[in-house]
Amino acid sequence: MSRAAVQTSEDPIRRAPLVLGDDSFAAITEKVASIVERPRPPLWWTVSFAVSLGFAVILLAMLAYLFTTGVGVWGLSIPVAWGFDITNFVFWVGIGHAGTLISAILFLLRQKWRTSINRFAEGMTIFAVICAGLFPAIHTGRPWFDYWLFPYPNQMQMWPNFRSPLMWDVFAVSTYFTVSLLFWYVGMIPDLATLRDRARTRLRQIVYGVLALGWRGSARHWHRYERVYLLLAALATPLVLSVHSVVSFDFAVSQLPGWHATIFPPYFVAGAIFSGFAMVLTLLIPIRQAFHLENLITERHLDNMAKVLLATGLMVGYAYGIEFFTAWYSGNHFEAFTFYNRALGPFSWAYWIMVFCNVVVPQMFWFSKARTTPWLILVGSLLVNVGMWFERFVIVVTSLSRDFLPANWGTYSPTWVEVFTLLGSFGLFFTLFLLFIRFLPMIAMAEVKSVVPRAGLERGPHRGHGQYWGEIPHQHDEILGGGNHEPR
Amino acid sequence: MSDLGETRWVFPRWTNQLRVVVGVLLVVVPLYLVVLLGYGASPKTTDVGYAPEQPVPYSHALHVGQLGLDCRYCHTTVEQAAEAAVPPTQTCMNCHARVRAASPKLLSVRESYATGLPIPWVRVHDLPDYVYFDHSAHVRRGVGCVSCHGRVDTMEVVRQVEPLSMGWCLDCHRNPEPHLRPPELATSMDWVPPEDPEVYGKRLRQQLGIRPSTECWTCHR
Repeated sequence: MSRAAVQTSEDPIRRAPLVLGDDSFAAITEKVASIVERPRPPLWWTVSFAVSLGFAVILLAMLAYLFTTGVGVWGLSIPVAWGFDITNFVFWVGIGHAGTLISAILFLLRQKWRTSINRFAEGMTIFAVICAGLFPAIHTGRPWFDYWLFPYPNQMQMWPNFRSPLMWDVFAVSTYFTVSLLFWYVGMIPDLATLRDRARTRLRQIVYGVLALGWRGSARHWHRYERVYLLLAALATPLVLSVHSVVSFDFAVSQLPGWHATIFPPYFVAGAIFSGFAMVLTLLIPIRQAFHLENLITERHLDNMAKVLLATGLMVGYAYGIEFFTAWYSGNHFEAFTFYNRALGPFSWAYWIMVFCNVVVPQMFWFSKARTTPWLILVGSLLVNVGMWFERFVIVVTSLSRDFLPANWGTYSPTWVEVFTLLGSFGLFFTLFLLFIRFLPMIAMAEVKSVVPRAGLERGPHRGHGQYWGEIPHQHDEILGGGNHEPR
Repeated sequence: MSDLGETRWVFPRWTNQLRVVVGVLLVVVPLYLVVLLGYGASPKTTDVGYAPEQPVPYSHALHVGQLGLDCRYCHTTVEQAAEAAVPPTQTCMNCHARVRAASPKLLSVRESYATGLPIPWVRVHDLPDYVYFDHSAHVRRGVGCVSCHGRVDTMEVVRQVEPLSMGWCLDCHRNPEPHLRPPELATSMDWVPPEDPEVYGKRLRQQLGIRPSTECWTCHR
């Protein structure tokens, strides 16, 4: 049997290893830490960073143009008052959800395979939420008054409209960002201490030293760390469901046909996880190849994520179908027309791109061959990214452009400013992401050490999450040390 | 202790103090911001007490407090119009053509009268341009001058005594009763309610049918 087949088989007698190779703990530290410690980044990093930064600068230019000239530079008008801006917002918020699912829900469910990819996915969450937060902030027309969104005491005795889902959004997204950032950072502290201890230059010693908050790897440190991590996971778990539910209320609470549907919250959450996993895969597959991390991020990881992609893809496919059923079964004229218009109206091209990318493409992951072939997964996940962007575009634009009265109908096409703002948001995302893999440990070293074969967890009956719940093997002191014990 | 050189430790000993500094800053900075925004930037601080120097040393304390002029003698339009008119120089000269006709303090008044150029009075109670305030609506429904302008009859130089902020307007629009009086006594400076102002105000409110609106368009049109 091939390596991949051994690893992805579901033979209940032999538990497949979570990571491959028989690396010592020190070798894992070396492998992950050396990526951030090399004096010069690889050429591909420099090139992609230059391109990303270029697009991020374009984003800045577009924002400057928008702020100095006004929202008229976008193609929005009545009735289509939301276009690329809100499409991009929902797209980026959705991307973030995979990170939280991997880091919080899979942690609570003791899915130990998450340890190789959680840091990476959480980083992606943070950067995606940054991109997401940008769009509601800039679409307000007078963005310098954005602080009005927050309920602060003021001489006008004016408060935001707490009955508006747009207001709930502010709280949902800012809570999400805060908790995700804390979770990411707290989880990184032992690894930051490792980097601090291995640092060769004064600057790195100081920066990583400050970030590591004086971590010494004592039993008490670990005890508190694990408590905090567990609590943060419990805090973050409901956010996976609540944030995108609230985002869906932006639509569902209005009375527009195609938006006013009770299926929206679960439909949006499934879509968010779907798009998020697609983005994780899109980023992970090239990075894994470039840094030779195949032993840590194995085919089994890709296989698992492809299965999540398939499952959530089926869920959104079901939602697409049930929307048509509701439209027909409700007997509501306008609802029925909205869905007729989606599939056959002026934006039907966007609708069918969405159906192809989100429903048809993931079907290939029924086959284990497709789930273990990295380039196929990459193609699939890229298409899903495209499809999920179009899903939001379809929801936002088709419903707005043709509502109840034909006299009120309109259409929408983006201006070049909107197109470059979207591209620029990708530039910002990749800029942050490339900085992350250059300067921070992208794999949770301390956690991965708890699932390598020599951590001793393979012996005897299997015990849940060894690092946190099982017996800690005393003979392997290094597992606790975060690299601190290695004499240098 | 001293044999451990600086090379051994990345962070010198004094950096331990930073923890305390960070802790203090975490408490002090939010507190400072709250105080700054809540008190420092409040119109109560920034606007109350504004008393610009006027081109003529006109004393309300003398004219209203001692001589007993009614507000409406000068501010004639207050019961009919949104603006309480600032009087023309003609109004001053009604008396000052004879009373203290040679006073050096009145030089600029006489000058204005002679040339026809108005006296450049400095506005004290200045609402933002996006606020529509109507004096007549208030005065004729029994809100006295004193409620907003204070005891002008004691002021040598007129100054702002109330914040005139939106919240301050709303306080009264939501609960006007303590500020109501019989409309014919609106300009009285020293009027006091004959009984508990809440009870009296409630009765007046019913009699006069006062229903102050708190809709946006009441003031922002």
